Amino acid sequence: MTTNTARNAAAADGILRQAGTGGTSVLIQDLSRAFGATRALDGLSIEIAPGELVALLGPSGCGKTTVLRIVAGFESADSGSVLVDGRDISSVHSSRRDMGMVFQSYSLFPNMTALDNVAFGLRMRKLGTAGRRKRAGELLDMVGLAAQAGQYPHQLSGGQQQRVALARALAIEPRVLLLDEPLSALDAKVRLQLREQIRTLQQRLGTTTLFVTHDQEEALSMADRVGVMREGKLEQIAAPDELYTDPATAFVAEFVGVMNRIPGGLLGAGTVAVLGGTVPLRDNEGRSLSLGGDTAVDVLVRPEGLRMELVPNGNGIVTTRTFLGSVTRVGVLLDGDVAVQIDKSSSEAGALAPGTAVSVTLPPEPVHVVPRRAAAS
Amino acid sequence: MAAVTGPRRREPLPIWRWGILLVAGVYFLVPLYSALKFAGFGSFGSVISQPGFTSSLGLSVRLAVITTLVTLALMLPTAVYVHLRLPKLRRLLEGITILPIVIPPIVLIVGVLQLAPGFIKSTPYLLSLEYVVLAMPFAYRAIDAGLRALDLKTIVEAASSLGAGWINTLWRVILPNLATALLSATVLTVALVLGEFTMASLDLYQTFPVWIYVNSQTSGQVSVAASLLALFVTWLFLLAITVIGTRQARKTGGGQVTLFTVARQETRGSE
Repeated sequence: MTTNTARNAAAADGILRQAGTGGTSVLIQDLSRAFGATRALDGLSIEIAPGELVALLGPSGCGKTTVLRIVAGFESADSGSVLVDGRDISSVHSSRRDMGMVFQSYSLFPNMTALDNVAFGLRMRKLGTAGRRKRAGELLDMVGLAAQAGQYPHQLSGGQQQRVALARALAIEPRVLLLDEPLSALDAKVRLQLREQIRTLQQRLGTTTLFVTHDQEEALSMADRVGVMREGKLEQIAAPDELYTDPATAFVAEFVGVMNRIPGGLLGAGTVAVLGGTVPLRDNEGRSLSLGGDTAVDVLVRPEGLRMELVPNGNGIVTTRTFLGSVTRVGVLLDGDVAVQIDKSSSEAGALAPGTAVSVTLPPEPVHVVPRRAAAS
Repeated sequence: MAAVTGPRRREPLPIWRWGILLVAGVYFLVPLYSALKFAGFGSFGSVISQPGFTSSLGLSVRLAVITTLVTLALMLPTAVYVHLRLPKLRRLLEGITILPIVIPPIVLIVGVLQLAPGFIKSTPYLLSLEYVVLAMPFAYRAIDAGLRALDLKTIVEAASSLGAGWINTLWRVILPNLATALLSATVLTVALVLGEFTMASLDLYQTFPVWIYVNSQTSGQVSVAASLLALFVTWLFLLAITVIGTRQARKTGGGQVTLFTVARQETRGSE
């Protein structure tokens, strides 16, 4: 395994020397696109620095794939532009954009071997047979599939096919690498391996990459920055840790990671009453809610943001306990039938058996609030 | 847990299946045997020397070539375009392409005569245009089955992202993956043209089937021998397509090949 990894790294280094370093900048400006009455994109702008990997994350139908397809040249925007190294490529045909793309579904050409698939883009660039076979061989080596060079796609597993697709996309030394949920059809173990491989190669080659996924773990673990989209708009784009710890909107807060909703009541002066205490609101959030006269809200708190103590007559009872390694996630039913999840270090969670009475409180740190969710009938 | 690892033994067919097979075999083979007995082996030798044989067969072969080329030239881009850009119209197109089967030949002839360019109306090649309409249901279905076995949109986009223009995409990616489907369409069209009688007869051209019919008035045995020869050649064509198509499909991952279906095999797991 180590030998393989070292050999793949050496192959990547060789390709890096050929390709030269330095990436390409991409500027997506004010993109809008409607499909009939549905607005897939609504004035979306993203700036991607050279060599950066930006992931677009969001629920189905949020428009993230549309962004990728517009950048690739498979769709056109109703308005807005895509600039690559400062040049507007909106009118450039997809075959002339120099963008490598890995698709969600297996996209290898069934009539070609793995080697011929990887060499296809080089053939289109009129590289001689010997040259393209050599380079295609190097790229297959880089993704650890040199031994499968002569196999047809149907003889390869799903993970191998996607690695060939990655090698094929990288073979043309793309200015930008576009990844359209390339791991979603694979099983968990292969997904994890390929995720690491893509990230390692991307960093080594310094290829500017736009990655679309609905899997937040994938986005947070691979990307330099993650853009969270909702209804055709970018809610926030930030480094993964910032997105998690300092979400800009309630949607981002709820979409990324696990989030508890605890009923609270808005007070004046940017505070909210919750769990028997008072905590400040983030950035005056909720002002519009209070102006509307609606003071019933849900306070958003992460499992690690709640405090829990063993108290005989506390405000909650432990219902479940899930061991996650160093931490244990404890399910607690609060007074008023509010279920929350709280992370405790596994060493402390031993005493929290289901049925144990606990007291749950909130530290006085700024919180997000959202309108109160109607009770489930 | 012990697993059965040996080759799977084929279950013997139940007796009633043998019965059905036997009845079907008798139904198909007895007329052929009778025809062969009636014609006698000596008639096969004299088929070629009969007046009109070469010219009628030559005309049928020319018509088959022209019809096939025109059919593929029309059907392939149409089917590809509909699959890529207008997938919602696929059902409608399927419906339209079935029409020639239900419309009487005389109506098709009148329709083609209305639209055919003047220079072709007085030549036997007018039949080609009529045959193109007739071949449409078979050719379209064969090509459509091939396209459905491909993830056409994705591979076309993949080819484009790698720098291939339309011609390269069609020539290097789409056509090689549709080889079996195109072969099916070709064989079906050729078989149809070589066997078509009604339109040629109504248009007063002596194609091979018309010659067989005319010849049967004077020499029944030779005519039957010619029919059997035509049947045998067509059957060889169909056998060839199944063998070649299946071999090609096995190489590139397709499954069992029949005239209208080219089922692609699932990929090997996801690991």
